[in-house]
Amino acid sequence: MLALSDAGILLGRTAADWRGAVLLAGEGLEAAGFAAAPYGQRMVGMVEEFGAYIVIAPGLALAHARPGPDVVTSGMSVVTLTEPVVFGHPYNDPVSVVLGLAVITADEHVAGIAELANVFNDSSAIGRLAAARSVADVRAVFDVPGVSSFRERH
Amino acid sequence: MKIVAICGAGVGTSGILKVNAERALARLDIEAEVSATDVASVAIAAADAQVILTSPEFVDRLGKTNADVIVVQNYFDVDELTAKLEAALG
Repeated sequence: MLALSDAGILLGRTAADWRGAVLLAGEGLEAAGFAAAPYGQRMVGMVEEFGAYIVIAPGLALAHARPGPDVVTSGMSVVTLTEPVVFGHPYNDPVSVVLGLAVITADEHVAGIAELANVFNDSSAIGRLAAARSVADVRAVFDVPGVSSFRERH
Repeated sequence: MKIVAICGAGVGTSGILKVNAERALARLDIEAEVSATDVASVAIAAADAQVILTSPEFVDRLGKTNADVIVVQNYFDVDELTAKLEAALG
């Protein structure tokens, strides 16, 4: 359900702060063809409006914004940071892996989200992503039983 | 039994919370309807909810509620959700 493109996997990046990290996730979505440029700023806006709630597990942020005209097709991006950044979350800082999520409608993403939960219910998944050195390493993390639809796109 | 998962957009994070809350409830053998919504709709969505699941950021935004508010640290940790739901509902 959630597409992941090689172009949207950005490994070993650096970001000055959480804004930079979220914008990298937007860059990945844009490079993959899933979202247009304004979407990255809209993801930043979610944190400005509501706080660091997108940091949903230790070391992991799930950047996203509401559906909008800047979403081309539903999909995700993966960013790993060489230096973890602080978002201001009371429990889960600092963040070394940022997932970018773009969805066309709130309803349609439910199956994809359930699959994402399957991947990260394995508590080693975030560490393995943070340590990924190649696109294949990243795909291996998402390639778990029950996750059949993280389809490849080129 | 009604449980509402709250996040900023009603997209993404609250969906993960809903999926994993359902897994925790299955472990506890508790039947409940879990819905995911955004914080702007909380007054309506959670009016008759027994439990609200959310992030620390949203606690102050929930307003007056009779529901038990459960603050979730790790959205992917079904053990944490199970323990907190059991404490609230058990």
